[in-house]
Amino acid sequence: MSVVISVAGLCTRYGKQVIHRDLDLTVLDGEVLGIVGGSGSGKTTLLRQMLGLDQPMRGVVKVFGYDLQTASADDLRRMRRHWGVLFQHGALFSALTVFDNVALPLRELRALPEPMIADLAMLKLNVVGIGAEHAPKMPSQLSGGMIKRVALARALALQPELLFLDEPTAGLDPESSESFVELINTLRNELRLTVVMITHDLDTLISLADRVAVLADQRLVAVGALDEIVNIRHPFINSLFHGERGQRALAAANDDTRPPKIVFPDHVP
Amino acid sequence: MSELYAEREQLPSIATTDSPTSAVALTGDWTLDTLASRMRPLTQQARRYSRRAWDLRDIGRIDDAGATLLWHAWGAERPAALLLRPEQEAMFTRLAEVQKPPQARRRRAWSALAPVSRVGERVVDVIDHVSGFTTLLGQTVLDIARIAGNPARMPWREISANIHRTGAQALPITALVSFLIGIVLSYLSARQLKLFGADVYIVDILGISILRELGPVLAAILVAGRSGSSMTAQLGVMRVTQELDALAVLGIPYSLRLVLPKIIALAIALPLLVLWSNAIALLGGMVAAGVELNIGYRHFLSGLPGAVPVANLWLGLAKGAVFGILIGLVSCHFGLRIKPNTESLGAGTTNSVVTAITIVILVDAIFAVLFSEVGIP
Ligand SMILES: Nc1ncnc2c1ncn2[C@@H]1O[C@H](COP(=O)(O)OP(=O)(O)O)[C@@H](O)[C@H]1O
Ligand SMILES: [Mg+2]
Repeated sequence: MSVVISVAGLCTRYGKQVIHRDLDLTVLDGEVLGIVGGSGSGKTTLLRQMLGLDQPMRGVVKVFGYDLQTASADDLRRMRRHWGVLFQHGALFSALTVFDNVALPLRELRALPEPMIADLAMLKLNVVGIGAEHAPKMPSQLSGGMIKRVALARALALQPELLFLDEPTAGLDPESSESFVELINTLRNELRLTVVMITHDLDTLISLADRVAVLADQRLVAVGALDEIVNIRHPFINSLFHGERGQRALAAANDDTRPPKIVFPDHVP
Repeated sequence: MSELYAEREQLPSIATTDSPTSAVALTGDWTLDTLASRMRPLTQQARRYSRRAWDLRDIGRIDDAGATLLWHAWGAERPAALLLRPEQEAMFTRLAEVQKPPQARRRRAWSALAPVSRVGERVVDVIDHVSGFTTLLGQTVLDIARIAGNPARMPWREISANIHRTGAQALPITALVSFLIGIVLSYLSARQLKLFGADVYIVDILGISILRELGPVLAAILVAGRSGSSMTAQLGVMRVTQELDALAVLGIPYSLRLVLPKIIALAIALPLLVLWSNAIALLGGMVAAGVELNIGYRHFLSGLPGAVPVANLWLGLAKGAVFGILIGLVSCHFGLRIKPNTESLGAGTTNSVVTAITIVILVDAIFAVLFSEVGIP
């Protein structure tokens, strides 16, 4: 499989605080990569560097083969049309309605007739479970979970090949989280989609992620399939998977009629 | 290294024959990317064959954009004969269910009453502002009364920070503007006075006009533009980010913590700025008078107390305090009315500055009428 994103030798520092030290990561074509890590461990910062919003102090970030720091403005623009980003807090345009937020990227193409834009935007809203009655609302009139879903609809508007999700299910009720998982799975079946997802939600991680990258101690302490990761001895991994919550999620994942996907680790923390 | 999939896509195409019974076969990739540059020809072609049998099974990739294009060409319904792959089925089912976006707010139909109702709306708007402003004023007075008995609760820190920001940091710009205005005023007056040989009256003209009018109004306008806008924007951003709500649930009344310190600080800082502006403008005037009329500095300064009754100075300072309170009230009033979106933030800040300056000039005119007998020799 080919590589969609490659991060090599990434170092980040804010003042004296070191966030990343010599971090390497590759994201493969068509996979869902889950990034986990403690709060403040630098997940969002890593994402911002993959998006080219922050410049790394040292190291190279390549997306679709383009080095974000040296690519020409034209290349960057073309590439950016093919990724979608869901920010941690939604980042909806507060002066636009829900409908206009989703229609904006479509209008910016300056190629589609307005009736088609309307249908496409409503389709995307429909897909994320936002009813037509919410379309004329302003972002300040939405609940936190709805903001997330509208932001996801906007991220999906241009049929991205690469999707960045920063804590997509944080703030969603369990039912919405499940329909979110379903949605991503459907999208993967219909179109080729690579997903980079930061999440704290073990259920989402277990049901979506092909590989998991664990960010701790300023580097990636483990990258691999979930059943490999749970067996690695590291304090953060222990507390994540072997705490009560983690055990419950893993048990639920194995409880299905399917053959067990994740083998329980034999050691007890 | 992977390249963009979009760059490897096949062009979409429609194949059929002229015979009206032959099927329409689609090939290539029908995605947003391949379609964006060929919208018009493809739509027209698809529309022409909309009554025929359609075969979509040989399409490479199709996404919502491709499906929507076909759907519109078919007239928002499935053609009688349509061959699909199973995964395409779901796409068209979704499309059939999609609702129209709610109509953008309809423009009100024109009617003969439109101008009247527009005036009415404006009046209601103004009444709303006036009542909001009065409430804020009342709230401020109540706050002062409440903490007057308990000076420990006075937000000293905020007051001193605000004095620093609105007063001390405004000194350079006020000095520059006042100095230049002083020079211009003095130069123009001197040219006129010379014609009548009334050179010595330059001291009277400069003294009265600067101390009574120019100093206070100049300082107030600069402060309204500089500090008024930032105060409105600060409160507005706090509304957008829900910081005002956070303060409220912590039991910290924001009128006390945010509004009162700003008003008190402006009531203190603006008279001081007026004094500063007076001094610098007179300095500028004195320099220009020295050059133009050969009036020595010593002569100018010693003539000043005799020519200008000191009441003018006090009147100017009092005006400064009143202007300061008004600017503070207006900018807080507009700041608290900002709705949680960026557009309202921009509009609110503009309105705040325009209103503050207008009110300053209005109140200045009222002062001029009320105190017309005071301080004029
Ligand atoms: N702009 C910034 N300036 C200084 N420090 C920052 C900045 N952005 C993030 N940080 C710090 O970097 C660390 C990682 O932040 P972040 O990537 O947001 O964490 P998380 O993994 O929870 O998403 C935190 O300790 C945060 O305080
Ligand atoms: Mg984060």
